[in-house]
Amino acid sequence: MSELINIKNLKVNLMSPRGIVHAVRDINLEIAQGQIHGLVGESGCGKSMTAKSIMRLHDEKKMLYGGEIIYEGNTDILTMKEKELEQIRGKDISMIFQDPMTTLNPLLRIGKQLDEMILQHEKVSKAEAKERSLKLLEKVGIFPAEQRYKQYPFELSGGMLQRVSIAMAIACNPKLLIADESTTALDVTVQAQILRLIKELQEQNGMSVLVITHNFGVIAEICDVVSVMYAEVIVEHGPVGEIFHNPKHPYTMDLIQSIPKSGERGGKLVTIPGTPPDLRRKIVGCAYAERCKYATDACRESAPQLESCGENHEFACKHKFA
Amino acid sequence: MDNSKKEKIKSFFTGPVIVSAVVLLLIILASVFAGIIAKYDPNEVDISNILSGPTMQHFLGTDKAGRDIFSRILFGGRMTLLSALGVILISVIIGVPVGIFSGYYGGWTDKMLMRISDIILAFPSLLLAFVFVSAFGRGIINAVVALGIVYVPMLAKLTRSLVMVEKNKVYVEASKSIGYSDLNIMFKQILPNCVSTLLVQLTLDIGYAILDLASMSFLGLGVQPPTSDWGAMLDEGRIVITISPLASLAPGMMIILTVVALNIFGDGVRAYLDPQQRKLPSLKKFKKLVGEEM
Repeated sequence: MSELINIKNLKVNLMSPRGIVHAVRDINLEIAQGQIHGLVGESGCGKSMTAKSIMRLHDEKKMLYGGEIIYEGNTDILTMKEKELEQIRGKDISMIFQDPMTTLNPLLRIGKQLDEMILQHEKVSKAEAKERSLKLLEKVGIFPAEQRYKQYPFELSGGMLQRVSIAMAIACNPKLLIADESTTALDVTVQAQILRLIKELQEQNGMSVLVITHNFGVIAEICDVVSVMYAEVIVEHGPVGEIFHNPKHPYTMDLIQSIPKSGERGGKLVTIPGTPPDLRRKIVGCAYAERCKYATDACRESAPQLESCGENHEFACKHKFA
Repeated sequence: MDNSKKEKIKSFFTGPVIVSAVVLLLIILASVFAGIIAKYDPNEVDISNILSGPTMQHFLGTDKAGRDIFSRILFGGRMTLLSALGVILISVIIGVPVGIFSGYYGGWTDKMLMRISDIILAFPSLLLAFVFVSAFGRGIINAVVALGIVYVPMLAKLTRSLVMVEKNKVYVEASKSIGYSDLNIMFKQILPNCVSTLLVQLTLDIGYAILDLASMSFLGLGVQPPTSDWGAMLDEGRIVITISPLASLAPGMMIILTVVALNIFGDGVRAYLDPQQRKLPSLKKFKKLVGEEM
């Protein structure tokens, strides 16, 4: 299996009035073709920053990139020109955002936004674009498509709008779909529908999907491979079954511990004590050491490197848990 | 035309919009057909009959040179409306793009454009227009261009602030992720979302433009006598307001009528451009619908 996106030593540094913020510290990530890749971690650990870097959506006047993002084995996205980027965005790589209520232009009809998306990247007539938009709407489960085509975003519910954004994202058969917390703003039943839809579309088109979430349930539902992020670095990486049943990094263990279990009453919710480290500080040693119950002096002195354990399973911890 | 389109057009014509549209239409028609409606030549001087009140011959009386005020208002409408529209057009063509680029790109582009605007704003607007006219020569066209340029900074700053609010919304980031170019995002995605506020400012600006043009005419920098113009008539009539109030009242009323009608009409267009408001039935219709259900 060849990789579609290969992120090598990605660093993202943001300017802030109180110093440099290391929003992404040093990330290596490979997204294989036709796989659903999960990226999980708590708020502010750099998940979205990594995803936005793949499309270069940051305001580049206020930040600096480091490392490289190799696309299809030959081009580095980070050194591309704006014109080339516009070719890739939406056509080869597209994105679904968190809040469907705000991702669509409130003044344009849904159909028109879909048409324009298609016309932007492909040389087809307006009638053909409309034809395809209607098909897309049906494909993502919006009925009656003809009527919805003419409606404005405010006339649809959140779940419907998220379906529309998915329709827009897959309009040009992208090779990579980035779903940035795409189900967080929706209620649980709609979440399940949307996840199933993404999975179905992935199977039909054979595209890769990068799912960004803080919800392990979402990961378990659709992902093939998972990367766990903590404090701007990846601490564990592996196939979804391995991560759930055989986690190696204490952070992953604690995260899985803290998922509320159904059928248990009265018990206290398990939490991880402490807070994530300040992103402006330079971190020496293991970033998780402050909150880790297994932390030793060795952990605080130098940072652990990713080590392999089993097939495609890597983790960064000095302790070896059986 | 399908049914939904008809419904859409119908929703535009609410009570106030119809009234203001009729008033505006009448004013425009009266100015266009001034030659047919007016009984007198607007510039014909009749020294034997100056400052008369309303009579059967002179509908609104005569001014200090014995010219028929009604005829002068009809012909003055042409001048006033065209020149005010010219001022607005020039300020929109320059001001809106400047504001969009400034707000969208920020940084150096923004700093440079806004400092130039500040320089223009630092001088009283009329004074600047006077300087421009004295440098390039008198005449109505120069006066219109001068005022148009003087109006640019305010419009540019307003547009800039609107764009700065809009550009941080998620749909702009989403448009970027689709692969739209900056120009497309600025003019096709962001601008339509700013239009409603800009429209209100523009309808107000037309009123200011009419009055500012009048001040320039008064100082002999705009419309050259004896050409009639509402603003100029207002100023001429001011001197004789105690003897013949109609000489200034009549053009003043016309200015108020035009500006108010434009404002109401502009407000109607603004409401129509907002899909969330447009799709709603009127309160009366809504009450009827609820009544039927209960």
